[in-house]
Amino acid sequence: MDTFLQQIINGLTAGSVYAVVALGYTMVYGIIQLINFAHGEVVMIGAMVAFTVINALVPYGLPPLAIVLIGAGCAVPICMLVGYGMEKLAYRPLRHAPRLAPLITAIGVSIILQHVALLIWSRNVLAFPQIIPSRTYMVGGAAITTIQIAILAICFGLMAALAILIYRTPLGTAMRATAQNQQVAGLMGIDINRVIAATFVIGAGLGAVAGVLYGTYYGLAQYTMGSILGLKAFSAAVLGGIGNIPGAMLGGVLLGIVEALGAGYIGDFTDLCQYGWLAGSISACDGGGHFVLFGSNYQDVFAFLVLILVLVFRPSGLLGERVGDRA
Amino acid sequence: MNTKLAFSLLAAALVAAGCSKETPKPEQKTGAAPAGESAEIKIGHVAPLTGGNAHLGKDNENGARLAIEEANAANIKIGGKTAKFTLVAEDDQEDPKVGATVAQKLVDAKVAGVVGHLNSGTSIPASPIYNQAGIPVISGSATNPKLTEQGFKNQFRDVGRDDQQGPAIATYIATEGKPKLVALVDDSSAYGEGLANEVEKTLKAANVKVLPREKGTNKTTDWKAVLTKLRGQKPDAVFYGGMTSTAAPLIKQGRELGIKAVFSFGDGACEGEMVKLAGEATEGLLCSQAGIPVQAASKKFLDAFKKRYNADPIIYAPFTYDAANLLIEAMKKADSADPAKYLPELQKIQFTGATGPISFDDKGDRKDAEITIFTMKSGKLDPTAVYKGGKIVPYQEFVKTAAK
Amino acid sequence: MTNWRARPAVRWTGVFLVAFSLAVLPFALAQVGTTWVRITDYAILYILLALGLNIVVGFAGLLDLGYIAFYAVGAYTYALLASPHFNLHLPFWIILPIGAAIAALFGVLLGAPTLKLRGDYLAIVTLGFGEIVRLFLNNLSQPINITSGPQGIARIDPFHIGDFSFSSYQTIGGLTFSGPIKYYYLLLLVMLGVIVINLRLQDSRIGRAWEAIREDEIAARAMGINTRNLKLLAFAMGASFGGIAGGMFSAIQAFISPESFILVESVMVVSMVVLGGMGNIWGVILGALLLSFIPEVLRWTVEPIQQALFGRMLIEPEVIRMLLFGLAMVLIMLFRPAGLLPSSVRKRELTQETL
Repeated sequence: MDTFLQQIINGLTAGSVYAVVALGYTMVYGIIQLINFAHGEVVMIGAMVAFTVINALVPYGLPPLAIVLIGAGCAVPICMLVGYGMEKLAYRPLRHAPRLAPLITAIGVSIILQHVALLIWSRNVLAFPQIIPSRTYMVGGAAITTIQIAILAICFGLMAALAILIYRTPLGTAMRATAQNQQVAGLMGIDINRVIAATFVIGAGLGAVAGVLYGTYYGLAQYTMGSILGLKAFSAAVLGGIGNIPGAMLGGVLLGIVEALGAGYIGDFTDLCQYGWLAGSISACDGGGHFVLFGSNYQDVFAFLVLILVLVFRPSGLLGERVGDRA
Repeated sequence: MNTKLAFSLLAAALVAAGCSKETPKPEQKTGAAPAGESAEIKIGHVAPLTGGNAHLGKDNENGARLAIEEANAANIKIGGKTAKFTLVAEDDQEDPKVGATVAQKLVDAKVAGVVGHLNSGTSIPASPIYNQAGIPVISGSATNPKLTEQGFKNQFRDVGRDDQQGPAIATYIATEGKPKLVALVDDSSAYGEGLANEVEKTLKAANVKVLPREKGTNKTTDWKAVLTKLRGQKPDAVFYGGMTSTAAPLIKQGRELGIKAVFSFGDGACEGEMVKLAGEATEGLLCSQAGIPVQAASKKFLDAFKKRYNADPIIYAPFTYDAANLLIEAMKKADSADPAKYLPELQKIQFTGATGPISFDDKGDRKDAEITIFTMKSGKLDPTAVYKGGKIVPYQEFVKTAAK
Repeated sequence: MTNWRARPAVRWTGVFLVAFSLAVLPFALAQVGTTWVRITDYAILYILLALGLNIVVGFAGLLDLGYIAFYAVGAYTYALLASPHFNLHLPFWIILPIGAAIAALFGVLLGAPTLKLRGDYLAIVTLGFGEIVRLFLNNLSQPINITSGPQGIARIDPFHIGDFSFSSYQTIGGLTFSGPIKYYYLLLLVMLGVIVINLRLQDSRIGRAWEAIREDEIAARAMGINTRNLKLLAFAMGASFGGIAGGMFSAIQAFISPESFILVESVMVVSMVVLGGMGNIWGVILGALLLSFIPEVLRWTVEPIQQALFGRMLIEPEVIRMLLFGLAMVLIMLFRPAGLLPSSVRKRELTQETL
């Protein structure tokens, strides 16, 4: 039982980071139907900037929490700037181009950001200085660290703040109106360009925070980290129904838990040796051996499989509403 | 601008195709010495010079370059002429396809022999190309058994194989820690999985119980799910086949989750960098390196290397240094730089290099290759034991016997 | 253009010149180095892949981000049936069709459940499918060894007909044929075949039906087009070309491992199609040629130039290549959203759509 609880905690922590990154994908998609493939790289840049700032501040003997906050405080505006620049230079001119064009641009931007980061921060895995003393608490036999608690609190806090922004402020109303119909929103006096830019900037800011959290949680950052994190977060967004904000949160947390439970239990369930009627006919089972069909190596397969199954049976994601044809 | 460049190149190629139709010279003749007082002999070297392991690639290249510079200073006579060796250094980017392309490039350049490649992943696709041209190749760092199992007569290596390294670390774990249950994890790469397989074989032969294999990828940073599962199974030792960048989070998160087992790694995660990435969690970890530790290479080599490059060799430079020297030695013995003539000499060579005495078995593997086991003690990797000919010898004892 | 079409003499001279230069190209390249012949061989493989993907993306308008999976299926089919791994050594003319058929089957497997999906959803599902295929190839070494996992399969047989092997040196009539040169001619032949099939497809009933689906699926169905079968056909045909290219890659390389079939490769092939000009066969070929040769040219120029200017390498050629690559993708899309050589239909579309 303590193992199960531990896996849930693991999944929840990883999943809430996915969720915050997924919000960036889903906000942009919701408003202009663009998969911003470069969003993962924004997260990476957030982590890298924070790494540089934190590393530079450590010798000055400031309180650890202040250092991390300053790190995040530098990462967020820089990422917002990157997000704004990206929208202005690469996506805005293509708003009326065929659907594939901005997708390819997004891949191009992602490649550029990754390699610029490589030039600045080198190829090496960078070690985040472990300045925040991590304490471990035991909850029902499962370990949970202060960092995990902080990540959960920050992520859920951000999600709540975003929900308020979207549903309770004039900017949020403008964003929802633009998402529904750009032209009509424009006729109602909404400055569409400003709203779309704001969406990118907010998404990038969230991404920056996610990058800092990821970096402090795992203690590592590398210029390639964005692509995998981005892919997973994007899957999470699609899982929940891309374009749908609560969907992204649900999808992220769900994906994290599916991954943790998958890695933790698939192997046990597919160990043919535990099924008596099969074990007799498999020589590998003799003497307490194992014959595992699918081990933790299929962890990623399961993440994608869940995604594909959800899409095949609910083509617009778990919480997504059925939309008309947008081929 | 690039498109224009490519276009003009393409156009140039087409024009060249139209104009020159003479028969190309056959390529098999390699290393043929032109007439004159001194003869130029080209020796190729391949390693990644860009990418994540570029520093190791440069280290390998430095080893080979040192050997060649020394040989040039010694004014060796081959076939009656003073040999002038040149190193043709190529970058394979750790990419199998580029590995094959670069091999072809060296064959085109008519090298007499090749030192490299650094990775098994590029050495294997490159080997048929060298084999067809009959050029001897000695790798100083490709440890995958498959490389020399292909039956190519020209393929050698002067470093231990994974199926020697695996048994070495496994024997050490089994004899020193006497564990009842061992967990094996790998990164699903050719290297990591291959090494973990060898460890598993040896442990099973020593009647140690092994848990079903757990896997991540060579980019995994979150090992918590796998580690949580392992924690429930309570293994006494954990072996991970993979590189430092994934081994560091593994050991760190393992300690965070309260796993007390001994962690052990192969040579991919046996470097000082580990401490920087995982901090205190690394204390007490075990790891192995193919060959003898750098500091145990001959003093003559270490001094020369330090003097030439103003740096210490990282891991495999002594082996590439020896590999280049082996090629030169075989050429001297055969009194020819023609691969067909000196290859037989290389097969039966007896040579004492910076890494000790070297001779090859019929597959082209080094006979009696050593493997060293290290322990992490207060942030430093400390050589603990040496595995040779199926036995574990404490490091101090090994140094004493080697000094004699 | 119409000018030389109207004058057969000029046209045939042109065809003859192109054919002649293609025929002597490998010997000219071999003068510089056999490496360049090998690079050309890889470039032709990419052309085959790009043409295959063009059927799915360019003709039928279905974005496939996991196309490399079919290449992998073809490569592994060949490797398993012609290597010491299972000790099977079937001749290539039997395996290549099998590989194409299996790849086509995988194409249908991917296509069938995704018929309902559009645009971006289709993109992510195909991407996931490509990753799943690679992960299976990487993991099917346990508990029973099928694909040899990350270790890959080595010593794959080269193509051979009787005693005539495609990988060895041979002198015929005073000309020396190296392995890569022989493969070049074979690849050229296959490529010409694929080009002809593509050209014929484009103007056939099927091609027009695909075009209709691409433009408006609902309208196409209303016009009586069986969209389900045609979409499956596009997936299957595209996949089978990928399978053939994979089999040839396997034989030329003699060693394959799942590393060669990563997501980046899929993205690469998609970029070739899109940059060159989706739906236009010549554009796609141009895209494939550019993206295969530019990196090599950079490799041979960037490094020496930096060495000469600064005495050391400041920026690795790989990084420059990727930066230029990314920049090219953005710039071409910004200024020529339909690719370098757009298809005539796309061109028309674009000029109308611009608001």
